This record gives sequence, C-alpha cells and structure tokens, in this order.
Amino acid sequence: MSKPVIEAKGLTKRYGTATAVDGVSFSVGEGEIFGLLGPNGAGKTTTILMLLGLCDISGGEARVFGHNPAREPLAVKRQVGYMPDSVGFYDHLTATDNLYYTARLIGIPATERKQKIAEALARVRLSEVAEKRVGTFSHGMRQRLALAEIVMKDARVAILDEPTNGLDPQASLELLDLIRELKASGVSILLSSHLLDRVQSVCDRVALFNAGRIALMGTVGELGREVLGGGYAVEVEAQGGSDLARRFGAMPGVRSVSEAEPGRWRLVCESDLRADAAAQVVAAGGRLTQLSLDQPSLENIYTRYFQNAEVRHAA
Amino acid sequence: MRREGSALHGLGVVVLKELSDHLTSARMRVLEWLVVLTALAAVYAAITEIRQVTAQDPFLFLRLFTTAREPLPSFVGFLSFLVPLMAIGLGFDAVNSEHNRRTLSRILSQPIYRDALLFGKYLAGLATMSVSLTVLWLLLIGLGLIMLGVPPSGEEMARAFIFLLVTIAYAGVWLALAMLFSVLFRSAATAALVTLGIWLFLAVIWPSLSPALATALVPSGDQATTIITAQMLARLSPSTLFGEIVLAILHPTTRTLGPVYLDQLQGAVMGAPLPLSQSVLVAWPQIVGLIAASILLFVGGYIAFQRQEVRA
Repeated sequence: MSKPVIEAKGLTKRYGTATAVDGVSFSVGEGEIFGLLGPNGAGKTTTILMLLGLCDISGGEARVFGHNPAREPLAVKRQVGYMPDSVGFYDHLTATDNLYYTARLIGIPATERKQKIAEALARVRLSEVAEKRVGTFSHGMRQRLALAEIVMKDARVAILDEPTNGLDPQASLELLDLIRELKASGVSILLSSHLLDRVQSVCDRVALFNAGRIALMGTVGELGREVLGGGYAVEVEAQGGSDLARRFGAMPGVRSVSEAEPGRWRLVCESDLRADAAAQVVAAGGRLTQLSLDQPSLENIYTRYFQNAEVRHAA
Repeated sequence: MRREGSALHGLGVVVLKELSDHLTSARMRVLEWLVVLTALAAVYAAITEIRQVTAQDPFLFLRLFTTAREPLPSFVGFLSFLVPLMAIGLGFDAVNSEHNRRTLSRILSQPIYRDALLFGKYLAGLATMSVSLTVLWLLLIGLGLIMLGVPPSGEEMARAFIFLLVTIAYAGVWLALAMLFSVLFRSAATAALVTLGIWLFLAVIWPSLSPALATALVPSGDQATTIITAQMLARLSPSTLFGEIVLAILHPTTRTLGPVYLDQLQGAVMGAPLPLSQSVLVAWPQIVGLIAASILLFVGGYIAFQRQEVRA
C-alpha cells in the first residue's frame, strides 16, 4: 500500500464517563477511497472531527500528512477539504460569493480566486446557478457546492461526512460520480455513511463501525470472505455437458456447488470465477447459455456480522 | 507545545464579511431608521427648547445632547435606551446562527482558528455601531449648526467627541453580552430574550433596586454608608456607568459623581465649569469600568466558544 495520508492509532474520545470512540485505528492510503460505515451514533463523525482538530482527542494519536491535528490544526486544515453532514451555506449570498468568502479564508491569492471558483463550479456542474442565491438551492446542489469548495481548495484529502444522506437516488448517483472524479484527479477520500449499498460501489476499503469501535476492516471482497464465507456467487446455466457439478466442485476457490434446478448451478466462490466456470462447461462439451455474478453486498455482510455478534453476546 | 500559526489569521476576512452582512441586512436598516428618527425628534425638540431660553450658557452646544422637552427624553436619554437595543440586535445570533445554518463546521474546517471567527464578529459589530453612531453624531452637529447658528467651541467639540467614543464603548458592552448568550444558547430566540431581559433588568429595575438592597446590606443604618453602598451597587449596571460618564463629560460643572462632603466644597466656586481634563478624570473610573465589562463579557464568550462542540 502507498504511504498513508491519514493515520489513526488507538484514537479515543470520551465525554465524561461515556466513550464515543474507543481505540480506533486505521489508515487511508494515497489516492484511495476509504469508507467509515456504520449506524448513526457509532462514532464516525466524532472520529472525523478529531482528525480535523475540531474536537479534542482524549487518547491515542492521529496524523494527517504527518501533522498532529490537535497541535498543528492549520497545517492539517490547509490540505484537507471537509464536507460536514448536511452542509450549510450563507443563504443570502450567491454560490460564487459563498466560495469567495472561503477562498479568502483559505488564502487563495486575489488574482486566482475568480478563475478557481469558476473552474470548481464547472467541475460540479453548477456554473449556470453560480450567481443565484444559495437559499434557492436544493439539498443536492448544496452538497455539490460543498464539493466545489473542496475542489477549489486543491485539497489533497477530502473528508466527506454522510455525503449522500438525504439525497434522492438520482442526486446521490450524481454525487458518487463526482466523488469518483475527485479520486481520479488524485485526491484521497475518507467518507462516512450509514447507507451501505450506496457507498459500496465507490469505496476501495471500508471500516465497519459499531459502538465506537471498528468491527471489520478491509475491501468488500475480503469482508465477504471473512463474514459470509466466500462472497461471490456465480450462476451458470448450461445445456449438455457431463458431470458438471463435480467439475465445478473441483475448481480451486469454490466453496460449494448447488444445482438450483436441472441445468442451472450456483457456485459460491472466494473470487470472481466466471471465466473458469465457462471454461469447465466448454471442456465438458456443454453449451453455456447464461453466466452471472452476484457480488457480496455490504448490507449482507453487515447484517450477518451483527447477527453473529449478537449471538455471541447472548451466548 | 504551542499552537502553530497566528490565532488571528483570517481575522480581516471575517470582519469584512460580517461587516458587509450587517450593513446590507434588513434588520440593521430598521434599527438605523429607528435610531435616526427618534434621535432627530429629540434633537429637534431640544433645539426649540434651547431657542426659547437663550441664556448666556458657555456650553450652549452641549445642551443639544442633554436638553429634554416633555414628553420626549433628551438625545442622550434616547441613545442610552436605543444603543443597547441596536447592539443586542447585531449580536444575539452571531454564533448560534452559524450553528443553525450548519455553516460553522465548514468555516472552521478552513485554516483559521475559532479566535478569528469570534473576534472578527465582535469587531464587525462594533465597527457597524461606530459607523451608525458617528453618522448620527455628525447629523446632530450639522443640525445644531444650522438651527442654532452658534458655532461650537473647541472644548465643546472635544467633549462631544469623547461622548461619541464613550457611546461606542457602551455599545461594545451590550454587543459582548449578546454574543456571550449567542454562544451559550443554541436557539437565537432564547439568546435574544435572555439578553433583552438582562438589559431591561440592568437598565430599568436595578437602579431602583440598589437603594433597597443597600438598606438591607448596611445594618448600622448609617446614611452616608448606605448611599455609597447603593451607588456602588447601581454601578454594576453599564447603564448607570454610561449615565454618570455623560453627566461628567457633557455637564462641565459636574465636580463629582459621588456624594459631596462639606469639606470638599471649601474654596470651590459653585457653578464654575471644570476644564476638560478634570471632567475626564472625574469620569475615568466609569470609562475604565465600561471597557473592562466588555472585555470580561467577551472573554466569557470566548472561553465558552472554545469549549463548544462544533457539530450541529
């Protein structure tokens, strides 16, 4: 993995006797999208605020580009773009004026401000409403304006807190596209969400939060293997061919084979084995009619994991 | 280990933004018109009153500020009532509105400290008050020149100018109080009500309550002690301090703001005005008191703001 841009070691936040975040450790590599996922109140936002130096750290250590956010908050905040949960803007100002204020707080030189703001608004497709007051904006447009702010800042890391929260499906798809574009331009991204299926598609790695701790961490595939016992399900439909079930079962990486109905098999595998399965059908002299793949879903992983955890608690 | 960078980095940006917000807001316009119209009515009444009694007053021009004609209060009387209202109007939602609009965490994630945001808001409020009060002051002087036809002397102008500065300091106290409550209360309406309540208490109820309290506090019933205690208690209210400063600065014959003992009057020429420096000296403790009150209130708000959670 490349050099980490964000590192947390045993990060802890206590409020009185209650512990909101309890010894959380993770790191975000350069150019990666890392997802903090979990139910509301699991400690995701608190973790983010500690990384930004906006909230005291009770224990453990955080490093952003090697800077300690508690001691060098300005150095951290200069390089990190932050989009808070349900972000707000000054409603009586236009989109441009809102960004203009932030641009001056960031310290972007006067000669570059106008151009940078126009470019950033174009990136998030808000150029047409640049001179409209933000009071008239929809929730989705505000979220995009917040992304424009991060683009304008030339941030090397973007921290997005619940970016798709409260958005309709269309708007959240647009926003996820923008997040992918942001990644493509070399920005590392840390995002938090409780909407598992929405963010699954964009995250390289995820950490599942529960009650202030990280319950699981890794790529979606890894988590699938760990929790579901082989996350990929390959469905094969074939005509003819001899002894297909045995051949499928002999393939390396296949956990189980079941014949759902005559001529249709379901293979639970550790990775995407579609090509191998197809080769087996052809080698057995059969004719492949359909081949499909079910990827492991975070939703399933999450539900299964906590079901298991509850069982363990009960035991 | 120290924090890196200046705590006031970005201060100028915040001040300019808040100032432009204040100067363009509908709320400010309403407050300004309220103050201008009532103050001009007071001045007009004062001028007609002064014209009827053209005496050999060496400080005729200063009478513009202090002369009242029933049923209207004097210009100073109006100001001591309306300046707090205006300052509270500017400050009561300074911080909690950022919370409620959910802009606070976004702004604080920019490379500035919280210090810059809070101090910038205070300075912008104070600058707004200074601009409106200076304009009002100039209007008054202009009206006086036209309608009285008597040019003010240098000393009168100096006294009037000190009065302007003191009024701005007085506004600063109420602004700091309003901002303190804007930090403490998340709801702007609660903050406004609490601040207005404290203002009414300090300006209206406290001055009449303090003699009663003093009687209770001084068991011996010694008259002089009781009066002094009552005065000390009354001076806890910024309104009392402002009133005493105005008395000393705009009435040059004022020799003391406390009780006068007979031996102090020996050799004094009754009714003779004090020189400006001596008048300022008489009011100096009150002036320092006003400034100290704003600093204390601001520091209170500052500490509360630093410890506050950013999240909405």
